[in-house]
Amino acid sequence: MSNRIDVKKTYKLYINGAFPRTESGRTYEVKSAKGTFIANPCLASRKDLREAVVAARAAHSGWNKATAYNRGQILYRIAEMLEGRRAQFVNEIVSVTGVTKVKAEKEVTNSVDRLVWYAGWTDKIASLSGSTNPVAGPFYNFTIPESMGVVAAIAPETPSLLGFVDVVAPIIASGNTVVVLASTKAPLSAMTFAEVLATSDLPHGVINILTGKKDEIAPWMASHMDIDALDISGLPAKLHSEVKVAGAENLKRIHAFKSADPGRIIAFMEAKTVWHPIGL
Amino acid sequence: MSFEYAPAPESRAVVSIKPKYGHFIGGKFVAGSKHFPTINPATEEVLSQIALAGKAEVDAAVKAARKAYTSTWSKMSGKERGKYLYRIARIMQERAREFAVLETLDNGKPIRESRDTDIPLAAAHFFYHAGWADKLEYAGLGTSPKPLGVAGQIIPWNFPLLMLAWKVAPALATGNTVVLKPAESTSLTALLFAEVCQQAELPAGVVNIVTGDGSTGALIVNHPGIDKIAFTGSTEVGKIIARAVAPTKKSVTLELGGKAANIVFDDAPIDETVEGIINGIFFNQGHVCCAGSRLLLQENVAEEVLHKLKNRMEKFRVGDPMDKNTDVGAINSKEQLAKITELVAAGDAEGAERWSPACELPGKGFWFAPTIFTGVTQAHRIAREEIFGPVLSVLTFRTPQEAIEKANNTPFGLSAGIWSEKGSRTLWASQQLRAGVIWANTFNKFDPTSPFGGYKESGWGREGGRHGLSAYLKGVSHE
Repeated sequence: MSNRIDVKKTYKLYINGAFPRTESGRTYEVKSAKGTFIANPCLASRKDLREAVVAARAAHSGWNKATAYNRGQILYRIAEMLEGRRAQFVNEIVSVTGVTKVKAEKEVTNSVDRLVWYAGWTDKIASLSGSTNPVAGPFYNFTIPESMGVVAAIAPETPSLLGFVDVVAPIIASGNTVVVLASTKAPLSAMTFAEVLATSDLPHGVINILTGKKDEIAPWMASHMDIDALDISGLPAKLHSEVKVAGAENLKRIHAFKSADPGRIIAFMEAKTVWHPIGL
Repeated sequence: MSFEYAPAPESRAVVSIKPKYGHFIGGKFVAGSKHFPTINPATEEVLSQIALAGKAEVDAAVKAARKAYTSTWSKMSGKERGKYLYRIARIMQERAREFAVLETLDNGKPIRESRDTDIPLAAAHFFYHAGWADKLEYAGLGTSPKPLGVAGQIIPWNFPLLMLAWKVAPALATGNTVVLKPAESTSLTALLFAEVCQQAELPAGVVNIVTGDGSTGALIVNHPGIDKIAFTGSTEVGKIIARAVAPTKKSVTLELGGKAANIVFDDAPIDETVEGIINGIFFNQGHVCCAGSRLLLQENVAEEVLHKLKNRMEKFRVGDPMDKNTDVGAINSKEQLAKITELVAAGDAEGAERWSPACELPGKGFWFAPTIFTGVTQAHRIAREEIFGPVLSVLTFRTPQEAIEKANNTPFGLSAGIWSEKGSRTLWASQQLRAGVIWANTFNKFDPTSPFGGYKESGWGREGGRHGLSAYLKGVSHE
């Protein structure tokens, strides 16, 4: 029994529904909490980011047009797939971060539950943040929230799975597509989550995942002219200012959050107000 | 036999303009140190001398606002705050004619517009927000909404008093105090508003008004004592502000430029559409960030629409803004006239075809004849850049998809227009357009209950409605 040699996984990127290696050929080493080698994930390059944005942009129109009910079903499907692979996530979290199995199990449980929670928001958020507006004139006037487009995001270092879910789920719930940089030190959860996504009926390109360095990739995200908004929840505070300055070039909407909240969904939606006359 | 309109000038006797103004700080008018003239753009007559606020004045205003915030305004119940706003709304209504005449003298817009649009809407904004002051916990913006503190507000010259109302009313209703800077060329109605604050017995320092130019604006933006910046103006300056506040904890809302598409489908009611096109681009001399400055005509009706549009433009009355029959008034400043002239020259040079009705422009003041360009392509500067004047660029399309593609082909996303009798097509187009305000079978309508603001490079946040409140409350993302 003990003679069997493990078949280890190669951790790659997740772009447009496929698992490519970084075009740069760069990798970095992820070690276990005990200091032993685990994996060589990709050190994503600026070109990888650009590819991911192209995929996200192409996917936006279809995902945005999908009904809120459909988006909710797919988010729920992601939760189902994650539930079925609990053990794998628990093992990865334990080995990389060194937390107890109980704590890791709790994180996975919370991640599944969080996905279910966001799944339920997709067809309710518009009733919360939209309105009909009683203008002083013979007009029907309403405000509806809709997705912004392509959002880039930096997932927090820890918790590596729950933090990742909390960043990604609210962004896509409304119809945005996302390019997300996973936890640098603990990227395994995010990359294995890509396998969950790949089996969840999520259209290709809706979620694109990179691994690499925050101080390298965040400024590229900020200056990319085809990214509409940025979630910097996982970016160290010392880098916020630089990213906000670069993001001003196309007036990206830039937010950071501390907890799960419907405000996270609304922050990456635009309010659209439509007027139409009333008359015979 | 021809029917001519007899002149119908509004009397300016209702206003008394002082030869020189100071700033309004801590509830009092304080003398300025340096001054610059403000003129009537229709005649170039110097109306008054406006004070130029420097560091000392901005410091004093921020200090007064902070003191009022800490000692009075943040402690007052929403119910009482609201009553002050109701008072302000009522006094603005009482003095509406005075405001309208002053606005037209200082800005150059037709008295019909300042009288019927700017001033009533400004009062309505105060009335609307007054009612929010004691209902904020029901706004769906958190169970315990809290103000931000001192708001620095910088407003443009195209709708001087209305933009003041859009800024001041929600800030006060949510419990913030303000330091407001009107635009360099249009300070007079803001200074009259300061008198309204005095008449309403608004606690000293809740509203502070400092006048000046871009340097004064920069002092406000960079002031460490300010918690929030609200700006309406150009995208260029908006980006400078976004960069300036990036290292700070200030929250920011921006209402910036636009290049709105006004799409006419072939089933549109042509006569109403022509009126809508006119209103879309020539309202307020086209000095409107949400102006319908790119007309997209479906090819099979393009000729008919253009024919009727030109006929209608032949009947424009361009001239004395104080005349109640005037349709198009003066360009607000020499600088703006130069900008319009430069972009129109670019339209000529790039090969678009220019047309204006025969109209005699006054000899003095700043004027530009209403103009349309046909044969415009998407690459032309007049199709891409905001002209902010009475100049319409006309493009054509064959399919609805092509119309949407052209309409969205811009870094801006403030507004758009749709003209069609088919409900499903109208709703489809309104879904496809990437803009914050969609006018379907109407254009340039505004209301305090209706959120206004842009996608993409047209800005951050919304003004008006429930959504606009979030711009002045803690911990709420800009809806």
